Amino acid sequence: MPEIASLLDSMAEQTRRHFEQRGIEQPIVVGIHSGGVWIAEVLRQRMGYTRPMGKLDISFYRDDFSRIGMHPQVRPSELPEELDNEHILLVDDVLFTGRTIRAALNELFDYGRPASVTLAVLVERDGRELPVEAAIVGAHMELGTGEQIKLRGPEPLRLERVKLEDGR
Amino acid sequence: MITAAFPARPLPQPGPLPNDLQLTSSGQLRHLLTVEGLSRELVTEILDNAESFANMNEKAVKKVPLLRGKTIVNLFFEASTRTRTTFELAAKRLSADVLNINVSTSSATKGESLLDTLRNLEAMNVDMFVVRHQQSGAAHFMARHVEPGISVLNAGDGRHAHPTQALLDMFTIRRFKGDFTRLKIAIVGDILHSRVARSQIHALNILQAGEVRVVAPHSLLPAHVEDLGVHVFHSLEQGLRDVDVVIMLRLQRERMEHAHLPSEHEYFQLFGLTERRLLVARPDCLVMHPGPANRGVEIDSAVADGAQSVILQQVTFGIAVRMAVMSMVMGVRSA
Repeated sequence: MPEIASLLDSMAEQTRRHFEQRGIEQPIVVGIHSGGVWIAEVLRQRMGYTRPMGKLDISFYRDDFSRIGMHPQVRPSELPEELDNEHILLVDDVLFTGRTIRAALNELFDYGRPASVTLAVLVERDGRELPVEAAIVGAHMELGTGEQIKLRGPEPLRLERVKLEDGR
Repeated sequence: MITAAFPARPLPQPGPLPNDLQLTSSGQLRHLLTVEGLSRELVTEILDNAESFANMNEKAVKKVPLLRGKTIVNLFFEASTRTRTTFELAAKRLSADVLNINVSTSSATKGESLLDTLRNLEAMNVDMFVVRHQQSGAAHFMARHVEPGISVLNAGDGRHAHPTQALLDMFTIRRFKGDFTRLKIAIVGDILHSRVARSQIHALNILQAGEVRVVAPHSLLPAHVEDLGVHVFHSLEQGLRDVDVVIMLRLQRERMEHAHLPSEHEYFQLFGLTERRLLVARPDCLVMHPGPANRGVEIDSAVADGAQSVILQQVTFGIAVRMAVMSMVMGVRSA
Protein backbone atom coordinates (compact mmCIF):
# COMPACT_ATOMS: atom_id res chain seq x y z
CA MET A 1 0.00 0.00 0.00
CA PRO A 2 1.32 3.44 -0.86
CA GLU A 3 2.27 5.83 1.91
CA ILE A 4 -0.57 8.31 2.47
CA ALA A 5 1.76 11.19 3.29
CA SER A 6 3.51 10.99 -0.08
CA LEU A 7 0.16 10.75 -1.90
CA LEU A 8 -0.99 13.88 -0.12
CA ASP A 9 2.27 15.64 -1.03
CA SER A 10 1.64 14.84 -4.65
CA MET A 11 -2.00 15.94 -4.43
CA ALA A 12 -0.98 19.24 -2.85
CA GLU A 13 1.52 19.91 -5.63
CA GLN A 14 -1.07 19.09 -8.33
CA THR A 15 -3.64 21.26 -6.58
CA ARG A 16 -1.25 24.21 -6.44
CA ARG A 17 -0.43 23.87 -10.13
CA HIS A 18 -4.05 23.34 -11.18
CA PHE A 19 -5.41 26.49 -9.57
CA GLU A 20 -2.33 28.57 -10.34
CA GLN A 21 -2.68 27.83 -14.06
CA ARG A 22 -6.27 28.99 -13.91
CA GLY A 23 -5.55 32.09 -11.90
CA ILE A 24 -7.75 30.93 -9.01
CA GLU A 25 -6.51 32.07 -5.65
CA GLN A 26 -8.45 29.92 -3.26
CA PRO A 27 -11.21 27.41 -4.06
CA ILE A 28 -13.81 26.23 -1.51
CA VAL A 29 -12.79 22.72 -0.42
CA VAL A 30 -15.70 20.29 -0.12
CA GLY A 31 -15.16 16.76 1.18
CA ILE A 32 -17.49 13.80 0.71
CA HIS A 33 -18.29 11.87 3.91
CA SER A 34 -16.44 10.13 5.45
CA GLY A 35 -13.07 9.45 3.78
CA GLY A 36 -13.28 12.44 1.48
CA VAL A 37 -13.72 14.77 4.45
CA TRP A 38 -10.57 13.39 6.10
CA ILE A 39 -8.52 13.89 2.94
CA ALA A 40 -10.07 17.31 2.30
CA GLU A 41 -9.13 18.47 5.79
CA VAL A 42 -5.48 17.52 5.38
CA LEU A 43 -5.27 18.88 1.85
CA ARG A 44 -6.85 22.18 2.82
CA GLN A 45 -4.38 22.53 5.66
CA ARG A 46 -1.38 21.76 3.42
CA MET A 47 -2.56 24.32 0.90
CA GLY A 48 -2.95 26.91 3.61
CA TYR A 49 -6.50 27.63 2.52
CA THR A 50 -8.42 29.70 5.05
CA ARG A 51 -11.98 29.56 3.78
CA PRO A 52 -14.30 27.27 5.77
CA MET A 53 -14.61 23.75 4.46
CA GLY A 54 -17.77 22.10 3.18
CA LYS A 55 -18.91 18.54 3.88
CA LEU A 56 -21.32 16.52 1.79
CA ASP A 57 -23.30 13.46 2.77
CA ILE A 58 -24.64 12.15 -0.50
CA SER A 59 -26.96 9.51 1.01
CA PHE A 60 -30.10 11.30 -0.17
CA TYR A 61 -28.73 11.43 -3.72
CA ARG A 62 -27.61 7.84 -4.16
CA ASP A 63 -29.00 5.95 -7.10
CA ASP A 64 -29.32 2.69 -5.19
CA PHE A 65 -31.84 3.91 -2.57
CA SER A 66 -34.67 1.84 -3.99
CA ARG A 67 -32.45 -1.25 -3.74
CA ILE A 68 -30.83 -0.82 -0.36
CA GLY A 69 -32.93 1.78 1.44
CA MET A 70 -32.06 4.45 3.96
CA HIS A 71 -28.44 4.71 4.84
CA PRO A 72 -28.07 4.58 8.60
CA GLN A 73 -26.78 7.75 10.24
CA VAL A 74 -26.94 10.28 7.48
CA ARG A 75 -24.88 13.25 8.60
CA PRO A 76 -26.16 16.64 7.57
CA SER A 77 -24.32 18.23 4.69
CA GLU A 78 -22.62 21.45 5.70
CA LEU A 79 -21.79 24.12 3.21
CA PRO A 80 -20.83 27.23 5.15
CA GLU A 81 -20.56 29.53 2.15
CA GLU A 82 -22.70 30.35 -0.86
CA LEU A 83 -21.53 28.31 -3.82
CA ASP A 84 -22.74 30.65 -6.54
CA ASN A 85 -19.85 31.64 -8.85
CA GLU A 86 -17.29 29.95 -6.62
CA HIS A 87 -14.57 27.51 -7.64
CA ILE A 88 -15.01 24.24 -5.81
CA LEU A 89 -12.41 21.60 -5.02
CA LEU A 90 -14.41 18.43 -4.50
CA VAL A 91 -12.47 15.76 -2.58
CA ASP A 92 -13.09 12.04 -2.18
CA ASP A 93 -10.96 9.14 -1.05
CA VAL A 94 -11.46 6.55 -3.80
CA LEU A 95 -12.78 7.08 -7.33
CA PHE A 96 -14.29 3.82 -8.56
CA THR A 97 -17.57 3.71 -10.51
CA GLY A 98 -18.09 7.47 -10.50
CA ARG A 99 -21.60 7.18 -9.02
CA THR A 100 -20.68 8.88 -5.75
CA ILE A 101 -19.31 11.85 -7.68
CA ARG A 102 -22.46 12.01 -9.80
CA ALA A 103 -24.52 12.17 -6.61
CA ALA A 104 -22.20 14.76 -5.07
CA LEU A 105 -22.43 16.99 -8.14
CA ASN A 106 -26.21 16.80 -8.03
CA GLU A 107 -26.23 17.78 -4.39
CA LEU A 108 -23.72 20.62 -4.94
CA PHE A 109 -25.91 22.10 -7.63
CA ASP A 110 -28.90 22.05 -5.27
CA TYR A 111 -26.95 24.52 -3.14
CA GLY A 112 -26.00 26.86 -5.95
CA ARG A 113 -24.23 27.28 -9.28
CA PRO A 114 -20.48 27.06 -8.84
CA ALA A 115 -18.15 28.63 -11.40
CA SER A 116 -16.21 25.36 -11.63
CA VAL A 117 -15.78 22.03 -9.86
CA THR A 118 -12.42 20.25 -9.75
CA LEU A 119 -12.27 16.68 -8.53
CA ALA A 120 -9.39 15.49 -6.34
CA VAL A 121 -9.09 11.88 -5.14
CA LEU A 122 -6.56 10.05 -3.06
CA VAL A 123 -6.81 6.90 -5.19
CA GLU A 124 -8.38 6.24 -8.52
CA ARG A 125 -8.96 2.70 -9.63
CA ASP A 126 -10.40 1.02 -12.70
CA GLY A 127 -14.12 0.31 -13.01
CA ARG A 128 -15.70 3.59 -14.10
CA GLU A 129 -19.39 3.34 -15.01
CA LEU A 130 -19.89 7.05 -15.67
CA PRO A 131 -17.86 9.66 -17.55
CA VAL A 132 -16.22 11.07 -14.42
CA GLU A 133 -12.49 11.79 -14.15
CA ALA A 134 -10.37 13.41 -11.47
CA ALA A 135 -7.97 16.28 -12.23
CA ILE A 136 -5.94 15.67 -9.09
CA VAL A 137 -4.99 12.07 -8.28
CA GLY A 138 -2.83 10.74 -5.46
CA ALA A 139 -2.32 7.28 -6.94
CA HIS A 140 -3.71 5.04 -9.61
CA MET A 141 -4.26 1.42 -8.63
CA GLU A 142 -5.22 -1.72 -10.49
CA LEU A 143 -7.30 -4.11 -8.44
CA GLY A 144 -8.45 -7.63 -9.04
CA THR A 145 -12.15 -8.43 -9.43
CA GLY A 146 -13.87 -8.60 -6.08
CA GLU A 147 -11.23 -6.39 -4.55
CA GLN A 148 -11.83 -2.97 -3.07
CA ILE A 149 -9.70 -0.28 -1.60
CA LYS A 150 -10.80 1.36 1.65
CA LEU A 151 -9.51 4.36 3.53
CA ARG A 152 -9.44 3.91 7.31
CA GLY A 153 -9.13 6.87 9.60
CA PRO A 154 -9.20 9.54 10.65
CA GLU A 155 -6.15 8.96 12.90
CA PRO A 156 -4.01 7.58 11.42
CA LEU A 157 -5.11 7.49 7.81
CA ARG A 158 -4.28 4.26 6.05
CA LEU A 159 -5.34 2.42 2.92
CA GLU A 160 -6.56 -1.14 3.06
CA ARG A 161 -7.17 -3.66 0.34
CA VAL A 162 -10.45 -5.50 1.03
CA LYS A 163 -11.37 -8.81 -0.52
CA LEU A 164 -15.12 -9.06 -0.98
CA GLU A 165 -16.65 -12.37 -0.04
CA ASP A 166 -19.19 -12.97 -2.77
CA GLY A 167 -18.43 -10.48 -5.48
CA ARG A 168 -20.30 -7.66 -3.81
CA MET B 1 -42.17 6.97 38.67
CA ILE B 2 -43.39 6.00 35.27
CA THR B 3 -44.13 2.35 34.72
CA ALA B 4 -42.46 0.93 31.66
CA ALA B 5 -45.17 -1.55 30.79
CA PHE B 6 -48.00 -0.58 28.47
CA PRO B 7 -51.31 -1.87 29.66
CA ALA B 8 -53.73 -3.40 27.25
CA ARG B 9 -56.13 -0.56 26.63
CA PRO B 10 -59.68 -1.22 25.53
CA LEU B 11 -59.21 0.84 22.38
CA PRO B 12 -61.10 -0.04 19.25
CA GLN B 13 -58.23 -1.66 17.46
CA PRO B 14 -59.08 -4.46 15.10
CA GLY B 15 -56.94 -7.31 13.92
CA PRO B 16 -53.39 -8.29 14.71
CA LEU B 17 -51.07 -6.37 17.01
CA PRO B 18 -49.83 -3.18 15.39
CA ASN B 19 -46.20 -4.22 15.31
CA ASP B 20 -46.97 -7.38 13.38
CA LEU B 21 -48.34 -5.08 10.74
CA GLN B 22 -46.09 -2.08 10.85
CA LEU B 23 -42.69 -3.75 11.16
CA THR B 24 -40.94 -6.15 8.81
CA SER B 25 -39.62 -9.45 10.14
CA SER B 26 -36.27 -7.75 10.62
CA GLY B 27 -37.85 -4.95 12.67
CA GLN B 28 -37.80 -2.20 10.08
CA LEU B 29 -40.65 0.24 9.63
CA ARG B 30 -43.00 -0.82 6.85
CA HIS B 31 -46.14 1.12 7.81
CA LEU B 32 -46.54 3.69 10.55
CA LEU B 33 -49.84 3.10 12.31
CA THR B 34 -49.12 3.86 15.94
CA VAL B 35 -46.22 4.80 18.18
CA GLU B 36 -47.35 2.22 20.72
CA GLY B 37 -44.95 -0.70 20.93
CA LEU B 38 -42.15 0.83 18.86
CA SER B 39 -38.71 0.34 20.33
CA ARG B 40 -36.69 3.19 21.74
CA GLU B 41 -34.05 2.45 19.08
CA LEU B 42 -36.52 2.78 16.22
CA VAL B 43 -38.04 6.00 17.57
CA THR B 44 -34.54 7.41 17.98
CA GLU B 45 -33.65 6.33 14.45
CA ILE B 46 -36.68 8.19 13.09
CA LEU B 47 -35.71 11.33 15.02
CA ASP B 48 -32.08 11.05 13.86
CA ASN B 49 -33.15 10.70 10.23
CA ALA B 50 -35.45 13.69 10.64
CA GLU B 51 -32.49 15.67 11.91
CA SER B 52 -30.71 15.27 8.57
CA PHE B 53 -33.80 16.42 6.69
CA ALA B 54 -34.30 19.38 9.03
CA ASN B 55 -31.07 20.86 7.72
CA MET B 56 -32.32 21.02 4.16
CA ASN B 57 -33.94 24.41 4.56
CA GLU B 58 -30.69 26.25 3.83
CA LYS B 59 -30.48 24.77 0.36
CA ALA B 60 -31.50 26.75 -2.71
CA VAL B 61 -33.37 23.68 -3.94
CA LYS B 62 -35.29 22.28 -0.99
CA LYS B 63 -35.57 18.85 -2.49
CA VAL B 64 -33.76 15.53 -2.59
CA PRO B 65 -34.35 12.86 -5.24
CA LEU B 66 -34.91 10.02 -2.76
CA LEU B 67 -38.48 9.12 -3.71
CA ARG B 68 -38.38 10.12 -7.34
CA GLY B 69 -40.94 8.18 -9.32
CA LYS B 70 -42.98 7.18 -6.26
CA THR B 71 -46.62 8.15 -5.98
CA ILE B 72 -48.03 9.08 -2.61
CA VAL B 73 -51.74 9.49 -1.97
CA ASN B 74 -52.97 11.73 0.82
CA LEU B 75 -56.30 10.14 1.58
CA PHE B 76 -58.19 12.38 3.96
CA PHE B 77 -61.63 11.43 5.20
CA GLU B 78 -61.51 14.22 7.76
CA ALA B 79 -60.63 17.87 7.33
CA SER B 80 -57.05 18.90 7.95
CA THR B 81 -54.87 21.69 6.69
CA ARG B 82 -51.63 21.51 8.61
CA THR B 83 -51.18 17.77 8.62
CA ARG B 84 -52.13 17.34 4.99
CA THR B 85 -49.97 20.19 3.73
CA THR B 86 -46.93 19.12 5.74
CA PHE B 87 -47.32 15.54 4.47
CA GLU B 88 -47.66 16.95 0.97
CA LEU B 89 -44.58 19.15 1.31
CA ALA B 90 -42.61 16.29 2.84
CA ALA B 91 -43.46 14.09 -0.12
CA LYS B 92 -42.64 16.80 -2.63
CA ARG B 93 -39.31 17.56 -0.98
CA LEU B 94 -38.49 13.89 -1.41
CA SER B 95 -39.37 14.29 -5.11
CA ALA B 96 -42.40 12.00 -4.95
CA ASP B 97 -45.59 12.71 -6.89
CA VAL B 98 -48.50 13.53 -4.62
CA LEU B 99 -52.21 13.06 -5.03
CA ASN B 100 -54.56 14.73 -2.54
CA ILE B 101 -57.93 13.12 -2.10
CA ASN B 102 -60.51 14.49 0.29
CA VAL B 103 -63.23 11.96 0.62
CA SER B 104 -66.59 13.25 1.72
CA THR B 105 -67.35 11.86 5.11
CA SER B 106 -70.94 11.06 4.32
CA SER B 107 -70.25 8.58 1.53
CA ALA B 108 -67.51 6.63 3.22
CA THR B 109 -67.89 5.70 6.84
CA LYS B 110 -68.03 1.94 6.59
CA GLY B 111 -65.20 -0.47 6.02
CA GLU B 112 -66.52 -1.68 2.75
CA SER B 113 -66.43 1.62 0.98
CA LEU B 114 -62.99 2.28 2.41
CA LEU B 115 -61.84 -0.97 0.85
CA ASP B 116 -63.42 0.07 -2.39
CA THR B 117 -61.57 3.38 -2.39
CA LEU B 118 -58.39 1.52 -1.58
CA ARG B 119 -58.72 -0.97 -4.44
CA ASN B 120 -59.41 1.79 -6.93
CA LEU B 121 -56.37 3.75 -5.91
CA GLU B 122 -54.20 0.64 -5.88
CA ALA B 123 -55.22 0.06 -9.46
CA MET B 124 -53.45 3.33 -10.24
CA ASN B 125 -50.15 1.86 -9.00
CA VAL B 126 -49.51 4.09 -6.04
CA ASP B 127 -46.74 3.40 -3.51
CA MET B 128 -47.96 4.93 -0.27
CA PHE B 129 -51.16 5.99 1.45
CA VAL B 130 -51.25 8.71 4.03
CA VAL B 131 -54.62 8.27 5.64
CA ARG B 132 -56.72 10.26 8.05
CA HIS B 133 -60.06 8.90 9.11
CA GLN B 134 -62.61 9.67 11.78
CA GLN B 135 -62.80 6.00 12.76
CA SER B 136 -60.21 4.50 15.06
CA GLY B 137 -58.43 1.62 13.36
CA ALA B 138 -58.91 2.86 9.79
CA ALA B 139 -55.18 2.92 9.05
CA HIS B 140 -54.76 -0.59 10.48
CA PHE B 141 -57.57 -1.74 8.29
CA MET B 142 -55.87 -0.33 5.23
CA ALA B 143 -52.47 -1.73 6.18
CA ARG B 144 -54.03 -5.17 6.45
CA HIS B 145 -55.56 -4.94 3.02
CA VAL B 146 -53.02 -3.16 0.84
CA GLU B 147 -50.91 -5.02 -1.66
CA PRO B 148 -47.44 -5.95 -0.48
CA GLY B 149 -45.01 -3.16 -1.22
CA ILE B 150 -47.51 -0.39 -0.50
CA SER B 151 -47.03 1.48 2.75
CA VAL B 152 -49.67 3.10 4.95
CA LEU B 153 -49.00 6.04 7.22
CA ASN B 154 -51.58 6.94 9.83
CA ALA B 155 -52.27 10.67 9.78
CA GLY B 156 -54.83 10.37 12.55
CA ASP B 157 -57.56 7.79 13.15
CA GLY B 158 -60.51 8.67 15.37
CA ARG B 159 -59.45 8.93 18.98
CA HIS B 160 -56.77 6.31 18.56
CA ALA B 161 -53.43 7.57 17.25
CA HIS B 162 -51.61 10.29 15.40
CA PRO B 163 -48.07 8.94 15.34
CA THR B 164 -46.31 11.50 13.15
CA GLN B 165 -47.65 14.33 15.32
CA ALA B 166 -46.27 12.64 18.44
CA LEU B 167 -42.94 12.04 16.71
CA LEU B 168 -42.62 15.65 15.61
CA ASP B 169 -43.40 16.71 19.18
CA MET B 170 -40.64 14.42 20.43
CA PHE B 171 -38.32 15.88 17.81
CA THR B 172 -39.16 19.39 19.00
CA ILE B 173 -38.61 18.51 22.65
CA ARG B 174 -35.32 16.78 21.86
CA ARG B 175 -34.11 19.75 19.81
CA PHE B 176 -34.69 22.18 22.66
CA LYS B 177 -34.26 20.03 25.74
CA GLY B 178 -32.09 17.05 24.84
CA ASP B 179 -32.27 14.12 27.25
CA PHE B 180 -35.83 13.03 28.05
CA THR B 181 -35.03 11.25 31.30
CA ARG B 182 -34.69 14.48 33.27
CA LEU B 183 -37.83 16.15 31.90
CA LYS B 184 -41.23 16.78 33.44
CA ILE B 185 -43.84 17.11 30.74
CA ALA B 186 -47.47 18.11 31.17
CA ILE B 187 -50.16 17.43 28.58
CA VAL B 188 -53.10 19.70 29.25
CA GLY B 189 -56.67 19.71 28.07
CA ASP B 190 -58.99 17.46 26.15
CA ILE B 191 -57.22 14.13 26.69
CA LEU B 192 -60.44 12.20 26.20
CA HIS B 193 -60.88 13.01 22.52
CA SER B 194 -57.21 13.35 21.70
CA ARG B 195 -55.39 10.81 19.56
CA VAL B 196 -52.46 13.20 19.77
CA ALA B 197 -52.28 12.87 23.56
CA ARG B 198 -52.40 9.07 23.38
CA SER B 199 -49.57 8.94 20.87
CA GLN B 200 -47.56 11.49 22.84
CA ILE B 201 -47.88 9.51 26.06
CA HIS B 202 -46.69 6.34 24.33
CA ALA B 203 -43.79 8.18 22.71
CA LEU B 204 -42.74 9.84 25.97
CA ASN B 205 -42.84 6.50 27.77
CA ILE B 206 -40.76 4.87 25.04
CA LEU B 207 -38.19 7.65 25.30
CA GLN B 208 -38.24 7.25 29.09
CA ALA B 209 -39.32 10.77 29.93
CA GLY B 210 -38.79 11.61 33.60
CA GLU B 211 -42.42 12.37 34.40
CA VAL B 212 -45.49 12.58 32.21
CA ARG B 213 -48.50 14.43 33.58
CA VAL B 214 -51.96 14.87 32.22
CA VAL B 215 -53.94 17.87 33.39
CA ALA B 216 -57.67 18.00 32.68
CA PRO B 217 -61.10 18.11 34.24
CA HIS B 218 -62.63 14.69 35.07
CA SER B 219 -64.99 14.94 32.16
CA LEU B 220 -62.16 15.23 29.62
CA LEU B 221 -60.09 12.29 30.84
CA PRO B 222 -60.54 8.74 29.59
CA ALA B 223 -61.24 6.10 32.23
CA HIS B 224 -58.12 4.45 33.69
CA VAL B 225 -55.81 7.00 32.14
CA GLU B 226 -53.34 6.34 35.00
CA ASP B 227 -52.73 2.91 33.46
CA LEU B 228 -50.80 4.63 30.70
CA GLY B 229 -48.16 5.56 33.26
CA VAL B 230 -49.06 9.19 33.73
CA HIS B 231 -49.69 11.35 36.78
CA VAL B 232 -53.14 12.86 36.76
CA PHE B 233 -53.84 16.42 37.86
CA HIS B 234 -57.14 18.22 37.91
CA SER B 235 -55.67 21.62 38.64
CA LEU B 236 -53.55 23.53 36.16
CA GLU B 237 -51.69 25.27 38.94
CA GLN B 238 -50.50 22.00 40.45
CA GLY B 239 -50.01 20.22 37.13
CA LEU B 240 -47.70 22.88 35.73
CA ARG B 241 -45.48 23.22 38.76
CA ASP B 242 -41.80 22.82 37.74
CA VAL B 243 -42.54 21.30 34.34
CA ASP B 244 -40.01 21.62 31.48
CA VAL B 245 -42.56 21.25 28.71
CA VAL B 246 -46.27 21.97 28.54
CA ILE B 247 -48.27 20.61 25.65
CA MET B 248 -51.68 22.24 25.26
CA LEU B 249 -54.37 20.31 23.43
CA ARG B 250 -57.13 21.68 21.30
CA LEU B 251 -60.60 21.50 22.79
CA GLN B 252 -62.27 19.23 20.24
CA ARG B 253 -65.68 20.75 20.17
CA GLU B 254 -66.65 18.82 17.04
CA ARG B 255 -66.16 15.50 18.84
CA MET B 256 -68.14 16.45 21.94
CA GLU B 257 -71.45 14.68 21.94
CA HIS B 258 -72.52 15.45 25.45
CA ALA B 259 -72.09 18.29 27.82
CA HIS B 260 -68.45 17.68 28.68
CA LEU B 261 -68.04 21.30 29.62
CA PRO B 262 -70.15 24.05 31.07
CA SER B 263 -68.77 26.70 28.70
CA GLU B 264 -65.63 27.67 26.87
CA HIS B 265 -65.34 30.74 28.99
CA GLU B 266 -65.35 28.71 32.15
CA TYR B 267 -62.88 26.24 30.65
CA PHE B 268 -60.48 29.09 29.95
CA GLN B 269 -60.88 30.33 33.52
CA LEU B 270 -59.83 26.92 34.85
CA PHE B 271 -57.57 25.35 32.23
CA GLY B 272 -56.60 28.09 29.80
CA LEU B 273 -52.85 28.73 29.65
CA THR B 274 -52.00 32.34 30.45
CA GLU B 275 -48.68 34.05 31.12
CA ARG B 276 -49.48 34.25 34.80
CA ARG B 277 -50.30 30.54 35.05
CA LEU B 278 -47.12 29.64 33.21
CA LEU B 279 -45.06 31.23 36.00
CA VAL B 280 -45.23 28.09 38.16
CA ALA B 281 -43.50 26.07 35.44
CA ARG B 282 -39.73 26.20 35.00
CA PRO B 283 -38.62 29.55 33.58
CA ASP B 284 -37.36 27.87 30.39
CA CYS B 285 -40.50 25.76 29.99
CA LEU B 286 -41.44 25.12 26.34
CA VAL B 287 -45.02 25.78 25.27
CA MET B 288 -46.30 23.44 22.58
CA HIS B 289 -49.59 22.96 20.78
CA PRO B 290 -50.34 20.55 17.93
CA GLY B 291 -52.66 23.13 16.38
CA PRO B 292 -54.98 24.51 15.41
CA ALA B 293 -55.11 26.49 18.65
CA ASN B 294 -58.34 27.92 19.95
CA ARG B 295 -57.05 31.21 21.22
CA GLY B 296 -58.84 32.32 24.33
CA VAL B 297 -60.18 28.81 24.95
CA GLU B 298 -57.22 26.60 25.85
CA ILE B 299 -54.43 29.10 25.31
CA ASP B 300 -54.06 32.85 25.59
CA SER B 301 -52.67 34.63 22.53
CA ALA B 302 -49.89 36.17 24.58
CA VAL B 303 -48.61 32.67 25.41
CA ALA B 304 -49.19 31.18 21.96
CA ASP B 305 -47.13 34.00 20.43
CA GLY B 306 -44.77 34.36 23.41
CA ALA B 307 -41.05 33.73 23.75
CA GLN B 308 -41.51 30.24 25.21
CA SER B 309 -43.81 29.08 22.42
CA VAL B 310 -42.39 26.65 19.84
CA ILE B 311 -45.71 26.12 18.09
CA LEU B 312 -44.43 27.27 14.71
CA GLN B 313 -41.20 25.29 15.03
CA GLN B 314 -43.39 22.23 15.53
CA VAL B 315 -44.89 22.87 12.11
CA THR B 316 -41.45 23.24 10.49
CA PHE B 317 -40.08 20.11 12.16
CA GLY B 318 -43.21 18.23 11.15
CA ILE B 319 -42.03 18.28 7.55
CA ALA B 320 -38.62 16.79 8.42
CA VAL B 321 -40.16 14.08 10.61
CA ARG B 322 -42.62 13.12 7.89
CA MET B 323 -39.81 13.02 5.33
CA ALA B 324 -37.90 10.66 7.61
CA VAL B 325 -40.86 8.31 8.06
CA MET B 326 -41.72 8.34 4.36
CA SER B 327 -38.18 7.55 3.26
CA MET B 328 -37.80 4.84 5.89
CA VAL B 329 -40.92 2.94 4.86
CA MET B 330 -40.11 3.32 1.16
CA GLY B 331 -36.48 2.29 1.65
CA VAL B 332 -37.58 -0.95 3.24
CA ARG B 333 -39.91 -2.26 0.59
CA SER B 334 -37.42 -3.98 -1.64
CA ALA B 335 -34.93 -4.96 1.03
